[in-house]
Amino acid sequence: MEEYTLLRQFADSWMLLLLFVFFIGIIIWVFRPGASKEYNDTANIPFRHQDKPATSKEARQ
Amino acid sequence: MSNYIKLIVLGLVVVFAAIGSNYARDLAYQVHAILVMLIAGGLFIWTLRNTEEPDILVDRSGEYMDDVIRYGVIATAFWGVVGFLAGTFIAFQLAFPVLNFEWAQGYLNFGRLRPLHTSAVIFAFGGNALIATSFYVVQRTSAARLWGGNLAWFVFWGYQLFIVLAATGYILGGTQSKEYAEPEWYVDLWLTVVWVAYLAVYLGTIIKRKEPHIYVANWFYLAFIVTVAMLHLVNNMTIPVSIWGSKSVIVWSGVQDAMIQWWYGHNAVGFFLTAGFLGMMYYFIPKQAERPVFSYKLSIIHFWALIFLYIWAGPHHLHYTALPDWASTLGMVFSVILWMPSWGGMINGLMTLSGAWDKLRTDPVIRMMVISVGFYGMSTFEGPMMSIRAVNSLSHYTDWTIGHVHSGALGWNGMITFGALYFLVPVLWKRERLYSLQMVSWHFWLATIGIVLYAASMWVTGIMEGLMWREVDANGFLVNSFADTVAAKFPMYVVRALGGVLFVAGSVIMCYNLWMTVRKAPAKEASLTVAVPAE
Repeated sequence: MEEYTLLRQFADSWMLLLLFVFFIGIIIWVFRPGASKEYNDTANIPFRHQDKPATSKEARQ
Repeated sequence: MSNYIKLIVLGLVVVFAAIGSNYARDLAYQVHAILVMLIAGGLFIWTLRNTEEPDILVDRSGEYMDDVIRYGVIATAFWGVVGFLAGTFIAFQLAFPVLNFEWAQGYLNFGRLRPLHTSAVIFAFGGNALIATSFYVVQRTSAARLWGGNLAWFVFWGYQLFIVLAATGYILGGTQSKEYAEPEWYVDLWLTVVWVAYLAVYLGTIIKRKEPHIYVANWFYLAFIVTVAMLHLVNNMTIPVSIWGSKSVIVWSGVQDAMIQWWYGHNAVGFFLTAGFLGMMYYFIPKQAERPVFSYKLSIIHFWALIFLYIWAGPHHLHYTALPDWASTLGMVFSVILWMPSWGGMINGLMTLSGAWDKLRTDPVIRMMVISVGFYGMSTFEGPMMSIRAVNSLSHYTDWTIGHVHSGALGWNGMITFGALYFLVPVLWKRERLYSLQMVSWHFWLATIGIVLYAASMWVTGIMEGLMWREVDANGFLVNSFADTVAAKFPMYVVRALGGVLFVAGSVIMCYNLWMTVRKAPAKEASLTVAVPAE
């Protein structure tokens, strides 16, 4: 099979499926249980450490 | 030791540039060779004078690297005014062709100045704004100092050199005639070096972050940096005719070249002017509103949807061309779907203000940010609509496209950048507040009215000329000649140029206000908590 047809068939089938599943997976993952609590914390990142970097002691693990 | 390596490299560059300026086959290359020779020579002397000097090592890991951001803020404001002035001037050139001065033919006529304007606003103004704000945001949201020490300075100055080489190249005729990718091969190579350094600084800072999570703004900035690198490399695959000349030949040909050009061109819009500036939106709007982003979940879906879709939208620039129909249909469909994540992001930005809408009344900076998101919503509706083949058959090649671009660029990119500058200057120079909020209001209204004049006149003239071009009489002959449409557009061209004058006036007021903030506004006391008062 010539290169173009081969790549084209791959893009039309498996790659399309992969990207689609990946995208749906992200949406499901975003709404996993417990996500809201975690995202509340993440969304507040801009309001911490405004003046200087965190020292390793206060780093949040 | 590293100074000796620097000296050897700089010395070689000086010698090479000197040979280049002698053998140069064209003016642009010659001027650039002399420029590079002088800069490298100056750096050589400077490095030499600092060699073998005792190293004073100061531990700065306990503070953010803000001086490079201060330079970036100044460069953003400076290039902004330069780019807006160039745009206003060429708008007048279109209305009054006599401004294409006879004595400056071949240098300052519309054809030479137009890429100067587009590159100045997109890459100089927008690029500096993106580099400066991304350095600011990545440090604050990672709680870590910029990685790589002076590499950030290399990124800043290297990018300024790229801008100067690109701009002087256009005026002197060194261009590869690819829209938004006009710089010739050696300027492209230089930008590649600078961009890799930029990616290293950015990624290095994220890797050594102290926050466990990577805040969403960084995702958008990173997508912008990585994708622009990919676009730049593929679209600029050229073979120089000679290493002593600026002319190069692209390896793509025919419709493949056109498709790659617009894959690049539309994703320059999608990732440079959208993803990067969305990174700005996701940091500075929450900061200015003093509340976290409306929905963090939406921001994640927004990110993945946007980057998954944007990359396919390019073919809508090539309706009714040699490009196969399936490809332009694909581009059109993805452009229309793209409407959804765009508006998802717009809603996320606007709703961040929910519960704090009173700030719109009292804080002109947040007003600026909100109208920028409003313009984002408007142009991301207009864009998908114009990508539909039937609409495109009317709008393509007309001024409607130019109006669309400017409602996005002036409204969305310009206004969010102005908002970010108004936020950053008091923080970076440790001032209590801006010098004058009244001037911010003046800037806001001048810029907004300017954009409205611009966009409205371009809608009218664009649709008018589209209809005039396709008008046929009963026998099937075209009714209008091209010159008829040019004559009919004159009043709208004057209105457009006046809109540009208002926009420039607003940006000059901004520069004065920011300058006076640094000079006159009361300094911040020991407490450095950032809160711009909403009065």
